[in-house]
Amino acid sequence: MPDDPNVRDRHLRGLDALETAAPSGTDRPTAWRAAARVWAATWPKLAAVVLVVLVWQVVVWSGWRPVYVLPGPDRVLPRLFTELSSAEFWGALGVTMRRALAGFALALAAGVTVGLAVSRFAPLRVAIGSLITGLQTMPSIVWFPIAMLLYGISESAIMFVIILGAAPSIAGGLTSGIDYVSPQLLRAGRAMGLRGVQRYTLLIVPAALPMFVTGLKQGWAFAWRSLMAGELLVVIDQQHSLGWALSQARQFNDAEGLLAYVIVVLCVGVLIDVFFERADRTIRHRWGVTAS
Amino acid sequence: MTTTTETLDTGTERARAVEIDQVSKVFGEGPGALTAIDGMSVSVRAHEFVALVGASGCGKSTLLSLVAGLTHPTGGTVDVGGHRVAMMFQEASLFPWLTVGANIEIPMRVNGVPKARRKERVAELLDLVRLSGFARKRPHQLSGGMRQRVALARALAQDADVLLMDEPFGALDAMTRDILHDEIERIWRERSLTVMLVTHNVREAVRLGDRVILLSSRPGRVIEEFTVEEERPRRIDSARIASRAAEITDRLRAEVSRHAG
Repeated sequence: MPDDPNVRDRHLRGLDALETAAPSGTDRPTAWRAAARVWAATWPKLAAVVLVVLVWQVVVWSGWRPVYVLPGPDRVLPRLFTELSSAEFWGALGVTMRRALAGFALALAAGVTVGLAVSRFAPLRVAIGSLITGLQTMPSIVWFPIAMLLYGISESAIMFVIILGAAPSIAGGLTSGIDYVSPQLLRAGRAMGLRGVQRYTLLIVPAALPMFVTGLKQGWAFAWRSLMAGELLVVIDQQHSLGWALSQARQFNDAEGLLAYVIVVLCVGVLIDVFFERADRTIRHRWGVTAS
Repeated sequence: MTTTTETLDTGTERARAVEIDQVSKVFGEGPGALTAIDGMSVSVRAHEFVALVGASGCGKSTLLSLVAGLTHPTGGTVDVGGHRVAMMFQEASLFPWLTVGANIEIPMRVNGVPKARRKERVAELLDLVRLSGFARKRPHQLSGGMRQRVALARALAQDADVLLMDEPFGALDAMTRDILHDEIERIWRERSLTVMLVTHNVREAVRLGDRVILLSSRPGRVIEEFTVEEERPRRIDSARIASRAAEITDRLRAEVSRHAG
Protein backbone atom coordinates (compact mmCIF):
# COMPACT_ATOMS: atom_id res chain seq x y z
CA MET A 1 0.00 0.00 0.00
CA PRO A 2 1.33 3.45 -0.81
CA ASP A 3 -0.33 4.77 2.36
CA ASP A 4 2.22 3.10 4.56
CA PRO A 5 4.60 5.93 5.57
CA ASN A 6 7.67 3.70 5.33
CA VAL A 7 6.84 2.56 1.82
CA ARG A 8 6.20 6.16 0.83
CA ASP A 9 9.43 7.33 2.36
CA ARG A 10 11.42 4.70 0.45
CA HIS A 11 9.61 5.61 -2.75
CA LEU A 12 10.46 9.30 -2.29
CA ARG A 13 14.08 8.63 -1.44
CA GLY A 14 14.37 6.32 -4.43
CA LEU A 15 13.11 9.04 -6.76
CA ASP A 16 15.48 11.59 -5.22
CA ALA A 17 18.41 9.25 -5.64
CA LEU A 18 17.55 8.48 -9.26
CA GLU A 19 17.12 12.10 -10.17
CA THR A 20 20.30 13.37 -8.57
CA ALA A 21 22.69 10.47 -9.16
CA ALA A 22 24.25 11.78 -12.34
CA PRO A 23 25.46 15.21 -11.16
CA SER A 24 26.86 13.99 -7.84
CA GLY A 25 28.78 11.25 -9.64
CA THR A 26 30.80 13.64 -11.78
CA ASP A 27 31.16 16.43 -9.26
CA ARG A 28 34.11 15.10 -7.28
CA PRO A 29 37.46 16.23 -8.64
CA THR A 30 40.37 14.28 -7.19
CA ALA A 31 43.86 15.79 -7.00
CA TRP A 32 44.89 13.87 -10.09
CA ARG A 33 41.88 15.12 -12.01
CA ALA A 34 42.56 18.69 -10.94
CA ALA A 35 46.14 18.39 -12.18
CA ALA A 36 44.90 16.99 -15.48
CA ARG A 37 42.49 19.92 -15.80
CA VAL A 38 45.24 22.46 -15.13
CA TRP A 39 47.44 20.79 -17.72
CA ALA A 40 44.62 20.69 -20.27
CA ALA A 41 44.13 24.42 -19.75
CA THR A 42 47.84 25.23 -19.80
CA TRP A 43 49.46 23.36 -22.66
CA PRO A 44 47.58 25.08 -25.51
CA LYS A 45 48.63 28.43 -24.05
CA LEU A 46 52.27 27.34 -23.78
CA ALA A 47 52.14 26.03 -27.34
CA ALA A 48 50.75 29.37 -28.54
CA VAL A 49 53.56 31.28 -26.80
CA VAL A 50 56.20 29.00 -28.31
CA LEU A 51 54.62 29.45 -31.75
CA VAL A 52 54.58 33.25 -31.47
CA VAL A 53 58.22 33.31 -30.37
CA LEU A 54 59.14 31.05 -33.28
CA VAL A 55 57.34 33.21 -35.85
CA TRP A 56 58.94 36.30 -34.36
CA GLN A 57 62.39 34.74 -34.62
CA VAL A 58 61.76 33.66 -38.21
CA VAL A 59 60.70 37.22 -39.15
CA VAL A 60 63.90 38.57 -37.60
CA TRP A 61 66.02 35.99 -39.43
CA SER A 62 64.32 36.91 -42.68
CA GLY A 63 66.01 40.31 -42.42
CA TRP A 64 62.77 42.29 -42.91
CA ARG A 65 64.11 45.01 -40.57
CA PRO A 66 67.60 45.53 -39.17
CA VAL A 67 68.21 43.88 -35.81
CA TYR A 68 68.62 47.22 -33.96
CA VAL A 69 65.03 48.10 -34.94
CA LEU A 70 63.46 44.65 -34.56
CA PRO A 71 65.55 42.47 -32.26
CA GLY A 72 64.63 38.80 -31.95
CA PRO A 73 63.55 36.91 -28.85
CA ASP A 74 67.15 35.79 -28.44
CA ARG A 75 67.97 39.40 -27.47
CA VAL A 76 64.69 40.59 -25.97
CA LEU A 77 64.06 37.72 -23.56
CA PRO A 78 67.48 37.99 -21.84
CA ARG A 79 66.89 41.76 -21.61
CA LEU A 80 63.47 41.08 -20.05
CA PHE A 81 65.09 38.91 -17.38
CA THR A 82 67.73 41.58 -16.66
CA GLU A 83 64.92 44.10 -16.21
CA LEU A 84 63.00 41.74 -13.97
CA SER A 85 65.99 41.53 -11.64
CA SER A 86 66.42 45.30 -11.37
CA ALA A 87 64.90 47.30 -8.54
CA GLU A 88 63.99 50.10 -10.95
CA PHE A 89 61.68 47.80 -12.91
CA TRP A 90 59.75 46.74 -9.80
CA GLY A 91 59.51 50.37 -8.75
CA ALA A 92 58.01 51.28 -12.13
CA LEU A 93 55.62 48.33 -12.05
CA GLY A 94 54.63 49.32 -8.51
CA VAL A 95 53.81 52.90 -9.55
CA THR A 96 51.76 51.70 -12.51
CA MET A 97 49.85 49.08 -10.54
CA ARG A 98 49.13 51.53 -7.74
CA ARG A 99 47.65 53.93 -10.30
CA ALA A 100 45.72 51.11 -11.94
CA LEU A 101 44.19 49.91 -8.69
CA ALA A 102 43.44 53.39 -7.36
CA GLY A 103 41.93 54.43 -10.67
CA PHE A 104 39.89 51.26 -10.93
CA ALA A 105 38.65 51.63 -7.34
CA LEU A 106 37.54 55.21 -8.05
CA ALA A 107 35.88 54.09 -11.29
CA LEU A 108 34.17 51.30 -9.35
CA ALA A 109 32.77 53.74 -6.79
CA ALA A 110 31.61 56.14 -9.49
CA GLY A 111 30.22 53.37 -11.68
CA VAL A 112 28.27 51.70 -8.87
CA THR A 113 26.82 55.01 -7.70
CA VAL A 114 25.72 56.01 -11.18
CA GLY A 115 24.52 52.50 -12.04
CA LEU A 116 22.37 52.21 -8.91
CA ALA A 117 20.97 55.70 -9.39
CA VAL A 118 20.09 55.03 -13.03
CA SER A 119 18.37 51.73 -12.27
CA ARG A 120 16.46 53.29 -9.37
CA PHE A 121 15.15 56.48 -10.97
CA ALA A 122 13.42 56.20 -14.32
CA PRO A 123 13.86 59.86 -15.36
CA LEU A 124 17.59 59.61 -14.72
CA ARG A 125 17.75 56.58 -16.98
CA VAL A 126 15.95 58.44 -19.75
CA ALA A 127 18.29 61.38 -19.22
CA ILE A 128 21.68 59.64 -19.15
CA GLY A 129 21.09 55.99 -20.06
CA SER A 130 22.19 56.37 -23.65
CA LEU A 131 24.96 58.73 -22.61
CA ILE A 132 26.48 55.90 -20.56
CA THR A 133 26.38 53.59 -23.57
CA GLY A 134 27.88 56.35 -25.70
CA LEU A 135 30.70 56.96 -23.24
CA GLN A 136 31.63 53.27 -23.41
CA THR A 137 32.52 53.65 -27.07
CA MET A 138 34.62 56.81 -26.55
CA PRO A 139 38.33 56.21 -27.20
CA SER A 140 39.79 57.30 -23.87
CA ILE A 141 42.75 59.04 -25.47
CA VAL A 142 40.32 61.74 -26.59
CA TRP A 143 40.00 62.86 -22.97
CA PHE A 144 43.72 63.48 -22.39
CA PRO A 145 44.02 66.96 -23.85
CA ILE A 146 41.19 68.18 -21.65
CA ALA A 147 42.47 66.22 -18.63
CA MET A 148 45.87 67.88 -19.01
CA LEU A 149 44.24 71.29 -19.27
CA LEU A 150 42.23 70.62 -16.10
CA TYR A 151 44.89 68.94 -13.98
CA GLY A 152 48.20 69.72 -15.70
CA ILE A 153 50.91 67.08 -16.04
CA SER A 154 49.85 65.15 -12.96
CA GLU A 155 48.56 61.84 -11.76
CA SER A 156 45.13 63.39 -11.37
CA ALA A 157 44.95 63.82 -15.13
CA ILE A 158 45.58 60.08 -15.57
CA MET A 159 43.02 59.18 -12.90
CA PHE A 160 40.46 61.43 -14.55
CA VAL A 161 40.80 59.54 -17.82
CA ILE A 162 40.78 56.11 -16.16
CA ILE A 163 37.51 56.93 -14.41
CA LEU A 164 35.92 58.25 -17.59
CA GLY A 165 37.08 55.14 -19.41
CA ALA A 166 36.07 52.47 -16.88
CA ALA A 167 33.10 53.85 -14.95
CA PRO A 168 30.57 53.73 -17.84
CA SER A 169 31.21 50.00 -18.40
CA ILE A 170 30.86 49.29 -14.69
CA ALA A 171 27.66 51.34 -14.45
CA GLY A 172 26.30 49.69 -17.60
CA GLY A 173 27.05 46.19 -16.28
CA LEU A 174 25.28 46.97 -13.02
CA THR A 175 22.17 48.49 -14.59
CA SER A 176 21.71 45.69 -17.10
CA GLY A 177 22.35 43.16 -14.32
CA ILE A 178 19.57 44.74 -12.27
CA ASP A 179 17.28 45.00 -15.32
CA TYR A 180 17.61 41.31 -16.04
CA VAL A 181 16.83 40.01 -12.55
CA SER A 182 14.19 37.36 -13.21
CA PRO A 183 10.68 38.73 -12.56
CA GLN A 184 9.77 35.40 -10.99
CA LEU A 185 12.51 35.82 -8.38
CA LEU A 186 11.30 39.35 -7.68
CA ARG A 187 7.80 37.97 -7.22
CA ALA A 188 9.06 35.27 -4.85
CA GLY A 189 11.00 37.94 -2.97
CA ARG A 190 7.88 40.06 -2.58
CA ALA A 191 5.88 37.06 -1.39
CA MET A 192 8.51 36.53 1.31
CA GLY A 193 8.26 40.14 2.35
CA LEU A 194 11.67 41.26 1.09
CA ARG A 195 11.73 45.02 0.88
CA GLY A 196 13.94 48.06 1.33
CA VAL A 197 17.63 47.46 1.92
CA GLN A 198 17.20 43.69 2.31
CA ARG A 199 15.61 43.50 -1.12
CA TYR A 200 18.89 44.83 -2.48
CA THR A 201 21.34 42.93 -0.31
CA LEU A 202 19.58 39.56 -0.38
CA LEU A 203 18.06 39.58 -3.84
CA ILE A 204 18.87 42.25 -6.40
CA VAL A 205 22.61 42.67 -5.89
CA PRO A 206 23.46 38.95 -5.89
CA ALA A 207 21.09 38.32 -8.80
CA ALA A 208 22.81 41.09 -10.79
CA LEU A 209 26.31 39.84 -9.93
CA PRO A 210 27.13 37.84 -13.10
CA MET A 211 26.49 40.80 -15.40
CA PHE A 212 28.15 43.15 -12.96
CA VAL A 213 31.33 41.07 -13.11
CA THR A 214 31.21 41.21 -16.91
CA GLY A 215 30.97 45.00 -16.59
CA LEU A 216 33.91 45.01 -14.16
CA LYS A 217 36.00 42.98 -16.56
CA GLN A 218 35.28 45.33 -19.42
CA GLY A 219 35.86 48.32 -17.14
CA TRP A 220 39.23 46.93 -16.16
CA ALA A 221 40.23 46.56 -19.83
CA PHE A 222 39.34 50.21 -20.43
CA ALA A 223 41.12 51.33 -17.26
CA TRP A 224 44.31 49.51 -18.22
CA ARG A 225 44.31 50.93 -21.74
CA SER A 226 43.61 54.44 -20.49
CA LEU A 227 46.40 54.10 -17.95
CA MET A 228 48.95 53.02 -20.55
CA ALA A 229 47.94 55.81 -22.92
CA GLY A 230 48.10 58.21 -20.00
CA GLU A 231 51.54 57.18 -18.88
CA LEU A 232 52.88 57.62 -22.39
CA LEU A 233 51.31 61.05 -22.81
CA VAL A 234 51.49 62.44 -19.29
CA VAL A 235 55.10 61.71 -18.42
CA ILE A 236 55.71 62.72 -14.83
CA ASP A 237 59.44 62.84 -14.35
CA GLN A 238 59.80 62.00 -10.69
CA GLN A 239 57.59 58.92 -10.97
CA HIS A 240 59.04 56.14 -13.03
CA SER A 241 56.24 53.96 -14.34
CA LEU A 242 55.89 51.34 -17.07
CA GLY A 243 54.74 54.05 -19.49
CA TRP A 244 57.69 56.19 -18.52
CA ALA A 245 60.06 53.25 -19.16
CA LEU A 246 58.48 52.73 -22.58
CA SER A 247 58.89 56.34 -23.61
CA GLN A 248 62.47 56.35 -22.28
CA ALA A 249 63.28 53.30 -24.36
CA ARG A 250 61.80 54.94 -27.44
CA GLN A 251 63.83 58.13 -26.91
CA PHE A 252 67.07 56.16 -26.68
CA ASN A 253 66.17 53.90 -29.62
CA ASP A 254 66.35 50.98 -27.21
CA ALA A 255 64.29 48.48 -29.22
CA GLU A 256 65.09 45.58 -26.89
CA GLY A 257 63.87 47.55 -23.88
CA LEU A 258 60.73 48.61 -25.74
CA LEU A 259 59.77 45.07 -26.63
CA ALA A 260 60.61 43.80 -23.14
CA TYR A 261 58.22 46.35 -21.61
CA VAL A 262 55.52 45.58 -24.18
CA ILE A 263 55.70 41.97 -23.04
CA VAL A 264 55.37 43.10 -19.39
CA VAL A 265 52.28 45.20 -20.18
CA LEU A 266 50.74 42.29 -22.05
CA CYS A 267 51.44 39.87 -19.20
CA VAL A 268 49.88 42.16 -16.58
CA GLY A 269 46.77 42.48 -18.76
CA VAL A 270 46.51 38.72 -19.20
CA LEU A 271 47.03 38.04 -15.48
CA ILE A 272 44.25 40.41 -14.43
CA ASP A 273 41.99 38.96 -17.10
CA VAL A 274 42.61 35.47 -15.73
CA PHE A 275 41.59 36.76 -12.32
CA PHE A 276 38.27 38.11 -13.66
CA GLU A 277 37.72 34.93 -15.65
CA ARG A 278 38.09 32.93 -12.45
CA ALA A 279 35.61 35.12 -10.62
CA ASP A 280 33.21 34.84 -13.53
CA ARG A 281 33.50 31.07 -13.65
CA THR A 282 33.08 30.65 -9.89
CA ILE A 283 29.87 32.67 -10.03
CA ARG A 284 28.53 30.75 -13.02
CA HIS A 285 29.36 27.48 -11.34
CA ARG A 286 27.48 28.50 -8.21
CA TRP A 287 24.48 29.70 -10.21
CA GLY A 288 24.50 26.39 -12.06
CA VAL A 289 24.79 27.95 -15.51
CA THR A 290 27.96 26.15 -16.60
CA ALA A 291 27.79 23.33 -19.09
CA SER A 292 30.66 21.40 -17.50
CA MET B 1 -23.77 25.83 -3.69
CA THR B 2 -23.18 22.60 -1.83
CA THR B 3 -23.12 22.98 1.90
CA THR B 4 -20.27 21.30 3.63
CA THR B 5 -20.99 18.12 5.53
CA GLU B 6 -17.53 17.55 6.82
CA THR B 7 -17.42 15.96 10.26
CA LEU B 8 -13.70 16.09 11.08
CA ASP B 9 -14.22 18.63 13.82
CA THR B 10 -17.31 16.99 15.32
CA GLY B 11 -19.68 19.67 14.23
CA THR B 12 -18.08 22.77 15.71
CA GLU B 13 -18.09 25.74 13.38
CA ARG B 14 -14.46 26.47 12.68
CA ALA B 15 -12.93 29.90 12.35
CA ARG B 16 -12.58 31.46 8.93
CA ALA B 17 -9.01 31.84 7.73
CA VAL B 18 -9.61 33.67 4.45
CA GLU B 19 -12.68 35.68 3.58
CA ILE B 20 -12.93 36.91 0.00
CA ASP B 21 -16.03 39.05 -0.30
CA GLN B 22 -17.42 40.32 -3.60
CA VAL B 23 -13.92 40.94 -4.89
CA SER B 24 -13.25 42.45 -8.32
CA LYS B 25 -9.95 43.13 -9.95
CA VAL B 26 -9.68 45.23 -13.08
CA PHE B 27 -6.37 45.77 -14.86
CA GLY B 28 -6.00 49.00 -16.79
CA GLU B 29 -8.60 51.67 -17.43
CA GLY B 30 -10.99 52.79 -20.12
CA PRO B 31 -11.96 50.64 -23.11
CA GLY B 32 -8.78 48.52 -22.85
CA ALA B 33 -9.47 47.53 -19.25
CA LEU B 34 -9.44 43.84 -18.43
CA THR B 35 -11.67 42.46 -15.71
CA ALA B 36 -9.74 39.51 -14.30
CA ILE B 37 -12.07 38.82 -11.38
CA ASP B 38 -15.69 39.94 -11.05
CA GLY B 39 -17.61 39.76 -7.80
CA MET B 40 -15.94 36.66 -6.47
CA SER B 41 -16.72 35.43 -2.97
CA VAL B 42 -14.85 32.55 -1.39
CA SER B 43 -14.45 31.76 2.24
CA VAL B 44 -11.92 29.30 3.52
CA ARG B 45 -12.11 27.83 7.01
CA ALA B 46 -9.02 27.42 9.14
CA HIS B 47 -7.21 24.13 8.42
CA GLU B 48 -9.22 23.60 5.25
CA PHE B 49 -7.69 22.48 1.96
CA VAL B 50 -9.42 24.30 -0.87
CA ALA B 51 -8.61 23.66 -4.52
CA LEU B 52 -9.53 26.25 -7.14
CA VAL B 53 -9.85 24.99 -10.70
CA GLY B 54 -10.59 26.83 -13.88
CA ALA B 55 -9.43 27.25 -17.45
CA SER B 56 -7.05 29.96 -18.58
CA GLY B 57 -8.20 33.48 -17.83
CA CYS B 58 -10.14 32.64 -14.68
CA GLY B 59 -7.97 34.94 -12.59
CA LYS B 60 -6.63 32.15 -10.37
CA SER B 61 -3.18 33.63 -10.00
CA THR B 62 -4.61 37.10 -9.53
CA LEU B 63 -6.81 35.76 -6.75
CA LEU B 64 -3.81 34.31 -4.90
CA SER B 65 -1.88 37.55 -5.34
CA LEU B 66 -4.81 39.37 -3.75
CA VAL B 67 -4.89 37.01 -0.79
CA ALA B 68 -1.11 37.30 -0.40
CA GLY B 69 -1.49 41.08 -0.37
CA LEU B 70 0.77 41.48 -3.39
CA THR B 71 -1.98 43.42 -5.20
CA HIS B 72 -5.10 45.17 -4.03
CA PRO B 73 -8.67 44.53 -5.21
CA THR B 74 -10.49 47.08 -7.34
CA GLY B 75 -13.66 46.30 -5.42
CA GLY B 76 -14.71 44.16 -2.46
CA THR B 77 -12.56 43.00 0.44
CA VAL B 78 -10.00 40.32 1.16
CA ASP B 79 -9.63 39.46 4.82
CA VAL B 80 -7.03 37.04 6.10
CA GLY B 81 -7.85 37.82 9.72
CA GLY B 82 -4.27 38.36 10.83
CA HIS B 83 -3.10 35.01 9.50
CA ARG B 84 0.37 34.89 8.02
CA VAL B 85 0.30 34.00 4.36
CA ALA B 86 3.04 32.25 2.36
CA MET B 87 3.09 31.48 -1.33
CA MET B 88 4.46 28.83 -3.67
CA PHE B 89 4.72 29.11 -7.45
CA GLN B 90 4.91 26.82 -10.45
CA GLU B 91 8.67 27.38 -10.51
CA ALA B 92 10.40 26.79 -7.21
CA SER B 93 11.93 30.29 -7.58
CA LEU B 94 14.82 29.51 -5.28
CA PHE B 95 17.75 31.93 -5.30
CA PRO B 96 20.36 30.10 -7.40
CA TRP B 97 23.32 31.79 -5.70
CA LEU B 98 22.37 30.43 -2.27
CA THR B 99 22.55 26.94 -0.86
CA VAL B 100 19.32 25.13 -0.05
CA GLY B 101 19.75 25.98 3.64
CA ALA B 102 20.42 29.66 2.96
CA ASN B 103 17.33 29.81 0.75
CA ILE B 104 15.16 28.54 3.57
CA GLU B 105 16.75 31.10 5.89
CA ILE B 106 15.66 34.06 3.74
CA PRO B 107 12.16 34.52 5.21
CA MET B 108 13.61 34.13 8.69
CA ARG B 109 16.19 36.82 7.96
CA VAL B 110 13.33 39.05 6.85
CA ASN B 111 11.62 38.34 10.17
CA GLY B 112 14.81 38.97 12.13
CA VAL B 113 15.19 35.44 13.54
CA PRO B 114 18.63 35.06 15.20
CA LYS B 115 21.20 32.97 13.37
CA ALA B 116 21.39 29.99 15.73
CA ARG B 117 17.63 29.64 15.72
CA ARG B 118 17.60 29.87 11.90
CA LYS B 119 19.99 26.93 11.62
CA GLU B 120 17.79 24.84 13.90
CA ARG B 121 14.68 25.70 11.92
CA VAL B 122 16.38 24.90 8.60
CA ALA B 123 17.32 21.44 9.87
CA GLU B 124 13.82 20.87 11.18
CA LEU B 125 12.12 22.06 7.97
CA LEU B 126 14.43 20.03 5.74
CA ASP B 127 13.59 17.03 7.85
CA LEU B 128 9.89 17.78 7.37
CA VAL B 129 10.20 17.80 3.57
CA ARG B 130 12.54 14.78 3.79
CA LEU B 131 15.61 16.52 2.47
CA SER B 132 17.85 16.22 5.51
CA GLY B 133 21.46 16.39 4.44
CA PHE B 134 20.76 18.62 1.45
CA ALA B 135 21.27 21.95 3.23
CA ARG B 136 24.61 22.62 1.56
CA LYS B 137 23.53 21.68 -1.97
CA ARG B 138 22.68 24.33 -4.52
CA PRO B 139 19.27 24.44 -6.20
CA HIS B 140 20.64 23.43 -9.61
CA GLN B 141 21.93 20.19 -8.11
CA LEU B 142 18.40 19.10 -7.20
CA SER B 143 15.57 17.68 -9.29
CA GLY B 144 12.41 19.67 -9.97
CA GLY B 145 10.44 17.83 -7.29
CA MET B 146 13.16 18.35 -4.71
CA ARG B 147 13.33 22.04 -5.55
CA GLN B 148 9.58 22.32 -4.96
CA ARG B 149 10.01 20.68 -1.57
CA VAL B 150 12.70 23.23 -0.73
CA ALA B 151 10.28 25.95 -1.86
CA LEU B 152 7.69 24.44 0.48
CA ALA B 153 10.19 24.47 3.35
CA ARG B 154 11.00 28.09 2.52
CA ALA B 155 7.31 28.99 2.54
CA LEU B 156 6.85 27.29 5.92
CA ALA B 157 9.88 29.21 7.22
CA GLN B 158 7.67 32.30 7.05
CA ASP B 159 5.73 30.83 9.98
CA ALA B 160 2.62 31.14 7.89
CA ASP B 161 -0.48 29.13 8.61
CA VAL B 162 -2.12 29.96 5.28
CA LEU B 163 -0.32 28.46 2.30
CA LEU B 164 -1.17 29.65 -1.21
CA MET B 165 -0.06 27.36 -4.01
CA ASP B 166 -0.07 28.59 -7.60
CA GLU B 167 0.11 25.40 -9.68
CA PRO B 168 3.11 24.13 -7.76
CA PHE B 169 2.97 20.67 -9.35
CA GLY B 170 2.33 21.86 -12.91
CA ALA B 171 5.88 21.44 -14.15
CA LEU B 172 6.56 18.03 -12.60
CA ASP B 173 6.40 14.56 -14.09
CA ALA B 174 3.45 12.37 -13.06
CA MET B 175 5.33 10.14 -10.65
CA THR B 176 6.94 13.01 -8.79
CA ARG B 177 3.62 14.83 -8.73
CA ASP B 178 1.81 11.91 -7.10
CA ILE B 179 4.43 11.69 -4.39
CA LEU B 180 4.32 15.42 -3.77
CA HIS B 181 0.54 15.17 -3.38
CA ASP B 182 1.12 12.68 -0.57
CA GLU B 183 3.75 14.94 0.92
CA ILE B 184 1.73 18.13 0.84
CA GLU B 185 -1.25 16.28 2.33
CA ARG B 186 0.91 14.96 5.15
CA ILE B 187 2.45 18.34 5.90
CA TRP B 188 -0.91 20.09 5.69
CA ARG B 189 -2.22 17.75 8.41
CA GLU B 190 0.89 17.76 10.58
CA ARG B 191 1.11 21.53 10.57
CA SER B 192 -2.65 22.24 10.60
CA LEU B 193 -2.23 24.51 7.60
CA THR B 194 -4.92 26.23 5.61
CA VAL B 195 -4.21 25.67 1.93
CA MET B 196 -5.53 27.37 -1.18
CA LEU B 197 -4.34 25.45 -4.22
CA VAL B 198 -4.81 26.76 -7.72
CA THR B 199 -4.58 24.21 -10.51
CA HIS B 200 -5.59 23.32 -14.06
CA ASN B 201 -5.69 19.69 -13.11
CA VAL B 202 -9.16 18.63 -11.94
CA ARG B 203 -7.99 15.24 -10.65
CA GLU B 204 -5.31 16.92 -8.61
CA ALA B 205 -7.95 19.24 -7.16
CA VAL B 206 -10.18 16.29 -6.19
CA ARG B 207 -7.21 14.32 -4.89
CA LEU B 208 -6.23 17.08 -2.50
CA GLY B 209 -9.17 19.36 -1.79
CA ASP B 210 -11.77 19.24 0.97
CA ARG B 211 -13.61 21.46 -1.43
CA VAL B 212 -13.12 22.13 -5.12
CA ILE B 213 -14.18 25.56 -6.33
CA LEU B 214 -14.83 25.83 -10.04
CA LEU B 215 -14.16 29.22 -11.60
CA SER B 216 -15.39 30.74 -14.85
CA SER B 217 -13.06 32.50 -17.26
CA ARG B 218 -12.97 36.11 -18.44
CA PRO B 219 -13.98 37.34 -16.00
CA GLY B 220 -13.28 34.97 -13.14
CA ARG B 221 -16.34 34.13 -11.05
CA VAL B 222 -17.27 31.20 -8.84
CA ILE B 223 -19.45 28.82 -10.88
CA GLU B 224 -19.89 26.03 -8.43
CA GLU B 225 -18.42 24.40 -5.35
CA PHE B 226 -17.97 20.68 -4.84
CA THR B 227 -17.34 19.06 -1.49
CA VAL B 228 -15.08 16.05 -1.69
CA GLU B 229 -16.02 13.63 1.06
CA GLU B 230 -13.71 10.86 -0.02
CA GLU B 231 -11.71 9.67 2.99
CA ARG B 232 -8.01 10.45 3.25
CA PRO B 233 -5.45 9.34 2.37
CA ARG B 234 -6.75 9.31 -1.18
CA ARG B 235 -5.24 7.93 -4.32
CA ILE B 236 -5.36 9.95 -7.51
CA ASP B 237 -5.97 6.77 -9.55
CA SER B 238 -8.88 5.49 -7.44
CA ALA B 239 -12.22 5.04 -9.20
CA ARG B 240 -14.11 7.37 -6.89
CA ILE B 241 -11.65 10.24 -7.36
CA ALA B 242 -11.80 9.65 -11.11
CA SER B 243 -15.61 9.73 -11.28
CA ARG B 244 -15.80 12.83 -9.10
CA ALA B 245 -13.18 14.50 -11.31
CA ALA B 246 -15.12 13.52 -14.44
CA GLU B 247 -18.20 15.25 -13.08
CA ILE B 248 -16.28 18.47 -12.45
CA THR B 249 -14.45 18.24 -15.77
CA ASP B 250 -17.78 18.10 -17.62
CA ARG B 251 -18.85 21.26 -15.86
CA LEU B 252 -15.50 22.91 -16.71
CA ARG B 253 -15.78 21.89 -20.38
CA ALA B 254 -19.24 23.40 -20.58
CA GLU B 255 -17.79 26.64 -19.27
CA VAL B 256 -14.90 26.58 -21.73
CA SER B 257 -17.26 25.88 -24.66
CA ARG B 258 -19.18 29.01 -23.76
CA HIS B 259 -16.16 30.98 -25.05
CA ALA B 260 -16.23 29.35 -28.50
CA GLY B 261 -18.17 32.39 -29.73
